[in-house]
Amino acid sequence: MDDILLLDAIERYKNGEMTPQEKIFLEELRKNNPDIDQLAVEHLFFLQQLQNTADRKAYRQSLNEVEEKLINEGVIAKSKSSGKLIYLWNRYRRTIAVAASIAGIVSIFTAGMFTAYNSKKSEQVITPLVDIKFKEVDAKLKKIETKLNQAAIPAPAIPVKPKIEANFRATGFLIDISGYIVTNAHVINKAKNLIVENKEGEQFFARAVYVSGSTDLAILKISDTSFKKFNLLPYSIKRSSAELGEQIFTLGYPRDEVVYGEGYLSAKSGYAGDTSSYQISISVNPGNSGGPVINKNGEVIGIISSKETNAEGVVFAIKSKNIYKALEEIKGEEAIKLPSKGTIKGLDRVQQIKKIEDCVFMVKGN
Amino acid sequence: MSIHNKEQLLLKGLAANEATAIETIYRENFAVIQSFILKNNGFYEDARDIFQEAMIVLYEKAASESFELTCQIKTYLYSVCRRLWLKKLQQAQRYNPAIEVGDEIIPVEEELEMHEKKNEELILMEQAMDKIGEPCKSLLEAYYFEKKSMPEIADHFGYTNADNAKTQKYKCLVRLKKIFFAQYKNGD
Repeated sequence: MDDILLLDAIERYKNGEMTPQEKIFLEELRKNNPDIDQLAVEHLFFLQQLQNTADRKAYRQSLNEVEEKLINEGVIAKSKSSGKLIYLWNRYRRTIAVAASIAGIVSIFTAGMFTAYNSKKSEQVITPLVDIKFKEVDAKLKKIETKLNQAAIPAPAIPVKPKIEANFRATGFLIDISGYIVTNAHVINKAKNLIVENKEGEQFFARAVYVSGSTDLAILKISDTSFKKFNLLPYSIKRSSAELGEQIFTLGYPRDEVVYGEGYLSAKSGYAGDTSSYQISISVNPGNSGGPVINKNGEVIGIISSKETNAEGVVFAIKSKNIYKALEEIKGEEAIKLPSKGTIKGLDRVQQIKKIEDCVFMVKGN
Repeated sequence: MSIHNKEQLLLKGLAANEATAIETIYRENFAVIQSFILKNNGFYEDARDIFQEAMIVLYEKAASESFELTCQIKTYLYSVCRRLWLKKLQQAQRYNPAIEVGDEIIPVEEELEMHEKKNEELILMEQAMDKIGEPCKSLLEAYYFEKKSMPEIADHFGYTNADNAKTQKYKCLVRLKKIFFAQYKNGD
């Protein structure tokens, strides 16, 4: 215990708590004992480090308190600035292009963009699941179609649908009977026009009422007057956490037609330990982004957002409780009422899907 | 009072961790930094982190003995933030930002290097703190961070008297020291 006595002495020395006699005694001791002197030097340095750590912590706390105060006073605005969108766009532009190079069907149109990006090495390992290349497939198909039509004389009239030329496609789902749809922020980033389409192919104009880069959530409102209110949504939105191993399924639009997929919840955190999302094991493709992740009781537990590029079936879904947070943020502006109780608990899967698929929309835009 | 004197006073307050000084500087400077970061690819959260880091650099500078401010606080903060943000962008390999020239900036590279070194040391200490486990961590924090007295600590942690608590504290301190120096010396 001599050591402890010595440490205590050094500490009191540092804090100026020693009597003059004690001080002289300690200084003599250090002078005559190199070992003790070294211990003293070391310990004083260590105490200084500890003090610095303490000061830094206290100072950081002060900074946070001031920040909070200024936010409350409105001096600082946590702006939903365009900076986020620009950032997201820049962040995903590359990933999307790389993802495009990996997906199989793209190989037929090795366009300029693909070659340009493919030559660069990217360290991105997650892929947002928004499908931006289908427009090019579409264009290609149309070209072929036109050629075929020209070959067949007389050319049959191609039915022209009054639609916007979309350059991305993803999924979204209703969270309010009057036409509010949840999807990913990265899906709609920068889009000027947004359209949602139901499984019958009916299209409605929509606009974004909430976009958050940090949670990657967006809420759209169908602004089209032709949209008819739903009576009831079949699922509810889960506020609490889902369980590991829970069976889950999703509906989405990786193609022009709604596609079903099922899997299980594999981890309670997402990419690199992100606790605002889950890792799920399910097969998804570009276009599935924004789709609901639903458990067997018919509760939406998450929103599909991205997958790991280098591994199959490693998919990330934003936790559904983030929807509640989002609503909290915009509750003054939009009156959104989430479905309180699902109606499909206990039904078999086919029946569940029949009820859900009407509420899952393709989200398109340019 | 001249700007210079006013700023000297503010920095003195900053060094003493006075809330009013911190608030004044925060109030007068955050908006500029926020708009700079948002313009250059960042979020509000980035702006806050970068600004607070710069405030720490300023705090260290203000607290050091050889302290001397050769420019206005706002120029200093802007220079530090700009440098920190550029570095972060480069590390993250986000696209190359177009940062306007023409703003008044001073070179801060050397100071930031020192700051980084200090940060590393503090991180070592924090990691060591995390490793010693409970109740050691709380005990040391109560004494060295929150500056609680030994009788208070004895009462709170359920030791029979202050001397017992003190012995326990030193045992914990010795462990912390061991872990800290093991890392610290490895790092050299």
